[in-house]
Amino acid sequence: MHVPDGFFDAPTSIATGLIAAGAVGFSLQRANREIRETGPALAGLTAAFVFAVQMVNFPVGAGTSGHLLGGALAAALVGPWTAVLVMSTVLLVQGLLFADGGLTALGTNITLMGLVTVVVGYFITRALLKLLPKRVGSVVPAATVGALVSVPTAALAFTGLYAIGGAVDIPLAKLATAMVGWHILVGIGEAVITAAVLSAVVATRPDLVYAARHLQPDLVLVDADGNSSSVAPDRPIAARPAGRSLGVGIAATFVIAGVVSLFASAHPDGLEFVGAKLGFEGAAKSSAVADSPLANYGVSGIGNSQVSGALAGIIGVLVTIALGLLVAKLASLRSARARS
Amino acid sequence: MSGSAGDGLLVPVDSRVHRLPAQVKIVALFVFVLAVVATPSTAFWAFALYAGMLAGCVVLARLPALVVLKRLAVETPFVVFALLLPFVATGPRVEVLGLSLSESGVLGSWNVLAKGTLGVVAAIVLSASTAPRELLAGLERLKLPSTLIAILSFMVRYLSVVSDDLHRMRIARESRGYQGGRAGHLKAVAGGVGALFVRSFERGERVHLAMQSRGYNGRMPLLSETGAAQAQWLEGLALSLTAVVIAVTARVAGL
Repeated sequence: MHVPDGFFDAPTSIATGLIAAGAVGFSLQRANREIRETGPALAGLTAAFVFAVQMVNFPVGAGTSGHLLGGALAAALVGPWTAVLVMSTVLLVQGLLFADGGLTALGTNITLMGLVTVVVGYFITRALLKLLPKRVGSVVPAATVGALVSVPTAALAFTGLYAIGGAVDIPLAKLATAMVGWHILVGIGEAVITAAVLSAVVATRPDLVYAARHLQPDLVLVDADGNSSSVAPDRPIAARPAGRSLGVGIAATFVIAGVVSLFASAHPDGLEFVGAKLGFEGAAKSSAVADSPLANYGVSGIGNSQVSGALAGIIGVLVTIALGLLVAKLASLRSARARS
Repeated sequence: MSGSAGDGLLVPVDSRVHRLPAQVKIVALFVFVLAVVATPSTAFWAFALYAGMLAGCVVLARLPALVVLKRLAVETPFVVFALLLPFVATGPRVEVLGLSLSESGVLGSWNVLAKGTLGVVAAIVLSASTAPRELLAGLERLKLPSTLIAILSFMVRYLSVVSDDLHRMRIARESRGYQGGRAGHLKAVAGGVGALFVRSFERGERVHLAMQSRGYNGRMPLLSETGAAQAQWLEGLALSLTAVVIAVTARVAGL
């Protein structure tokens, strides 16, 4: 699953690096209160757990075994913010200490495996928990579906990145079909393993499952006279997930990113893409490697358009992140005011 | 995975590369790989130079070639992907040994293989010449957020503890007849993993309480305070600046 160096061009690698840095920074801010309460040791040990579990062979059926990616599982167990930090930590350690996944592809890997799987997995889990019976055990089917969907979604995100900055032009529909098709199978394995692990945790320590913290049953006290009274369990801090503000932020990010990319596709790069699709690409290549160095500047300034394309991409991403965070901030302010 | 998990891939020898401060190595290798990625794939001479420079690093770091070659295996899934590219990519086609291959696909396959391999070797040089502890100190001096550094350092510190926990659980499970080969064994394997999570979580709580009782106030003490000397920065960056010059030359000259 780890993307190596050179799979995406330099602008895409830098852009996904910025997205990953933004996501980690945002998660650090959101998880700050929890981490101050529970300590960094807990998140670090969860990361060590995910790292170790990724090496376990699970028998998935039909004589095959599967590995866990763990994004959806971590989100259900420790919550989305800590999970993004945990997954990013795991990928950072794998990239720097174990030479697994490229250094420049670190941003891409964190975006795909640390961000997309966690966010998709967590939102589906939360949405399904609203529909399912209100008990802790419901988190198992909910997170199973979350895990099932999160893997093909990450594959789809990979395809999207490939459309923007892939090194080779492959027919996108073909790539998307192959990637999503294969990763639905991987997702089924992920779902089976997530369900099995989560039900083992629910059986022993249901209070540890973050996604189901609000579903803890009340404590029933019976005194000597036989009078029973129920006491609500301790509500852990930050038990109320900031789901709405994150949802609004992500929706805003996608809308803005869509608008920005509309403008971007009016750029010559878009034309180049269409040209490549229609088979003019060979012609463009031969003129780009013409003998005279001036030919390079003559052909509509390829170097220039790439530099400006990269700049546009970077600025677009920065603006997108900034606006997304701003909208999320405003939304959380408003909902805080509405509550008080 | 036994007790060595906490040491990463470190090859404990003494060399110039090992002695460089970690932050210099991280920045140098990052710039180097970025330069490699930005090089047009048709500039074959540039890739030959990059490969030569990396081989020089491996020799200078006194790393056994066998270790480097073995670690290259992590690339395998993407090598398969790269080898499929010539068959699925669009564009003008060429006949090679009776197979109809896409021209841009062949080039793209070369592109992914060359850049991916150079990137992996660069990462191997970094991880084999730097102890995890030093890497964390390097990241800290590169001003990563302190909370992230704290999480990273706890992960690295407890990696071998958690792996050993997992190892003991596997022995316990297998000695009870659950080899984990059949689908019926899934429950036993997953039960062990669930228990591993509970153990890790509880260990995290205990560690935090122990830290608090020893005066932890939310800030970790700095792991080290010495920065890198200017000469060390120059030494480390010589490699990556050469790579940047090569990449720029390859782009501008269009060779």
